[in-house]
Amino acid sequence: MTGPSAVAQVSRSFQRMSEVHAGSDGLNCILWSDRDGALAAAREIDARADRGALAGMPIAVKDNIATLDLPTTCGSRILDGYVSPYEATVITRLRDAGGVVIGKTNCDEFAMGSSTEYSAWGPARNPVDCSRVPGGSSGGSAAAVAAGIVRVALGSETGGSVRQPAAYCGVVGVKPTYGRVSRYGLVAFASSLDQIGVFGATVEDAAIVMELVAGRDARDATSADRAVPRYREAAERPLAGLVIGRPREYFPPTLDSRLAALCDRALDAMRAAGAEVRDVSLPHTDLAIPVYYIIAPAEASSNLARFDGVRYGARSAGAGLRAMYEHTRSRGFGPEVTRRILLGTYVLSAGYYDAYYRKAQEVRTLITDDFARVFASGVHVLFTPTAPTPAFPLGARSDPYEMYLNDIFTATANLAGVPGMSIPIGRLDGLPVGGQFMAPHFDEVAMFRAAFGLERALGAAAHA
Amino acid sequence: MAVKRDDVAHVAALARLALDEAQMTLMVTELNGILAHMDVLQQVDTAGDSGTAALEQAGMPLRRDAGPPLSLARPLESFAPSMRDGFLLVPRLATHEDAAPEDLE
Amino acid sequence: MTTTREVASGATARYEMVVGLEVHVQLRTITKAFCCCSSSFGAAPNVNTCPVCLALPGALPVLNEQAVRLAVRAALALGCTVNEESIFARKNYFYPDLPKGYQISQFDRPIAEHGRLVVGARRDGSPVEVGITRVHMEEDAGKSVHDRFPGVSAIDLNRAGVPLIEIVSEPDMRSASDAGAYLRLLRQILEYVDVSDVNMEEGSLRVDANVSARPRGETRLGTKTEVKNMNSFSGVERALEAEFQRQCAMLDRGERVVQMTMLWDGSRGEVRPARSKEQSHDYRYFPEPDLPPLRLLPEWIARIRAELPELPQARRERFLREFGLATADVEVLTATAPLADYYERLVAAHPDAKASANWVMGEVLAALNASGGSIAHFPVQPAALARLLDLVRDGAVSHSAAKRIFEIMVRSGDPADTIASREGLLQVRDADELRRWVDEVFAEHPVEAQRFTSGERKLQGVLVGFVMKKSGGRADPKRVNQLLVERSGGG
Ligand SMILES: [Mg+2]
Ligand SMILES: [Zn+2]
Repeated sequence: MTGPSAVAQVSRSFQRMSEVHAGSDGLNCILWSDRDGALAAAREIDARADRGALAGMPIAVKDNIATLDLPTTCGSRILDGYVSPYEATVITRLRDAGGVVIGKTNCDEFAMGSSTEYSAWGPARNPVDCSRVPGGSSGGSAAAVAAGIVRVALGSETGGSVRQPAAYCGVVGVKPTYGRVSRYGLVAFASSLDQIGVFGATVEDAAIVMELVAGRDARDATSADRAVPRYREAAERPLAGLVIGRPREYFPPTLDSRLAALCDRALDAMRAAGAEVRDVSLPHTDLAIPVYYIIAPAEASSNLARFDGVRYGARSAGAGLRAMYEHTRSRGFGPEVTRRILLGTYVLSAGYYDAYYRKAQEVRTLITDDFARVFASGVHVLFTPTAPTPAFPLGARSDPYEMYLNDIFTATANLAGVPGMSIPIGRLDGLPVGGQFMAPHFDEVAMFRAAFGLERALGAAAHA
Repeated sequence: MAVKRDDVAHVAALARLALDEAQMTLMVTELNGILAHMDVLQQVDTAGDSGTAALEQAGMPLRRDAGPPLSLARPLESFAPSMRDGFLLVPRLATHEDAAPEDLE
Repeated sequence: MTTTREVASGATARYEMVVGLEVHVQLRTITKAFCCCSSSFGAAPNVNTCPVCLALPGALPVLNEQAVRLAVRAALALGCTVNEESIFARKNYFYPDLPKGYQISQFDRPIAEHGRLVVGARRDGSPVEVGITRVHMEEDAGKSVHDRFPGVSAIDLNRAGVPLIEIVSEPDMRSASDAGAYLRLLRQILEYVDVSDVNMEEGSLRVDANVSARPRGETRLGTKTEVKNMNSFSGVERALEAEFQRQCAMLDRGERVVQMTMLWDGSRGEVRPARSKEQSHDYRYFPEPDLPPLRLLPEWIARIRAELPELPQARRERFLREFGLATADVEVLTATAPLADYYERLVAAHPDAKASANWVMGEVLAALNASGGSIAHFPVQPAALARLLDLVRDGAVSHSAAKRIFEIMVRSGDPADTIASREGLLQVRDADELRRWVDEVFAEHPVEAQRFTSGERKLQGVLVGFVMKKSGGRADPKRVNQLLVERSGGG
């Protein structure tokens, strides 16, 4: 048996949880955990002849991914106490590979948010600076990795909910190609945008887990039937010969010049390692947020209709069926979810569908075509800042649309369905900053190759 | 395309969300604020839509017409809010006419 | 072909009924449309459910290939064009028996469109043609039971997710009987292609009607109402009449018809408006993001078309052509494919098409009605019945004996010959034996014999009677007559 036992690894995770105050009294990044249950799973793995690729590795899982033994509440009151009677495909794959789920992580309610402040269970905090948000919506997972509770965690992406918190917390966050990872068991926010993503302390940690969760699943009609390469092997491929596109729309004059400078330092480092950097253009980038905030709420308004208090979750009684529905949903959903359901219902409703939803889908095609054109021109990956700012203080964003703008550099990849990842490229005022790579559909290898290369090139500078 | 109070009331009813007056007023403001940023889309020319995205999409995979059903680790009774004799219970619908048209459709 | 009457009485005489129908048909699959749960009837409540059809958080639909095959088969049989790409859409509305809060259906790109049926002829002989606008696939909802427990409604989701097709007609029907004829032909075709149980009582076929009235001669459509809640074809016809009468009366009073949903109350025999307070429906259809477009290869569609059986209309025409039967008889014999198959196998073994038809329509159907059984499992197979008809044709058994033999065949399944001899029902045609009986009759009735032989021919019938009586009905009357003629010297 190589490496520490599963029991030892899991015990260390729980020890770390208490050291960093991972609970509601502190970082509030872990919502639900069961030490005995996790240790039992660990013992079972240690008893195996083959401990699998993960060999007992502790994993934190976002609270919107169905697990059998811990609650799955999506950070919402409406699922208070709900424990899924079935398990997400990704969880089965990780357990089979010797992974141990050590806890469910805090997130914005139904993954709707960019700060993890919109959780019914209170905001999560950024381990780097507890007065600041960890980003979101997968903030709890990012924080759990940043706080050293786990080396890897699962999150979910709809508009940047893995990459942005990864950047805010100074860890690696990967959003695979749409269809690369099964969504079966991921509680739907916006089905045409949602993908399960992976956090890692390092690019390699993220690559290890991505290899295991990726691949066709017969239970998800949108999961792609494509061979899954060994992403770790991208580490052996040098940057020499790699063509990196620098889309000017992601470096607007309004961008914090010190953030731009950190990006340029990263680009220089990659150039020095043999990569070629080209200025490119994705002309429809500025339309991403309007398009995203029509399509995502529209799909959400439909996906969240199933939370009606009839079959599961918290029911609030009312005189008659309609009152039961309205009490259950009005009390169960928080303000941001309510706002988005109303917005989404509005853009789909009679008389507005064409002006909003249909138009947004058409513009979404233009955004997708931007990527197709750039990648067809010989560019292998794109490099951009992950988010326009570092982590902001709790409560700093009050206006909804201002909050939505945190997704400005990440939502495009979800709309186009291309893979993207964020890795640390330095710090601003002591706060982590992330750089983003995006690649053609199903070419995560190109993305990992660039990320491994940049990680090597920056070395310690990535965290300084 | 300004959102009016009646629009919010309509969509709230469709979404089975009860809003008090304060929320209603707030939502009118917020939805108008958000949608104002969406109007830029109206100016975008999507006529020459190349449809790349559509082409990207593969056809739908189908499943064989056979079991076994996906199983539940815990029975419906263990998590449903209200059950009796195997039925899920909901507040009584006042009359048959309460039925959504689709119930009969 | 059904001949349909136009309604023409009272106020309705001045108006014309315009009807379009929406028919939901459950497809006969083993599992549901989007999950592997059994789609069968009669299980305990909520037993046939899983994460997908309970709409548990995170569950996803995967389409059943057999549902697609049956939908395409039905669409082709209805003369529709099957779209090589169709798109599933979400129809959003809240109802306790709709777990996801939306029904997966199809909206602007259905699986098939543009069908047409000739459902009958009017008195003037003009055909009653009904266009089929579209056939789309969707999933069924669960069942809401409102009267089981006091104060609450009970939900059973076993039916939730069972595959349906919805068949939408053009407003081409002009009377309740047009609608009845359309529905009967529709059901017959779906039975022929074997895609559904099409049983309205059990709910595997459901009908909603859009009906409007307009002054005769008017070409524009009047305001329509939707009539629901009928549970039999006759119920549909009666509901249409009732709603038409109501609309005509309104128009007569100079009122305008309001677009709304009417519910048929079969027991009262009346329609009443569904709660009008029901907010305007706004289903917010949009493409189902969990299901990519359904793409069907032309070759695949062609194969399904090639696999279609002969359809009712074609079969009727062929029966008329090949067997020279009356139209009415053909209607009966082609009512269902298995019955028509039975008849054809019978004729193949016993070429007398007319006699075969009479036996099937008479004895066979009577026996089926009596037993309530289905022709598929009828104990008397066509070959066996053909043998009995041969015996009748050859005069080996009398027609009345044949009926008795048939009854025994139905009960015992024994061959006709065995029964005929065992029961002594074969006619006696042996000359010596017949002659012995004639001799005895002449001996016992000397006077009649005397008068007969001396030329009183009218007594021949009487003497035949005596012989038949003596033979216990087994003597072949033809032969007996011949013998008597010989005796009378008139040989
Ligand atoms: Mg329908
Ligand atoms: Zn099911």
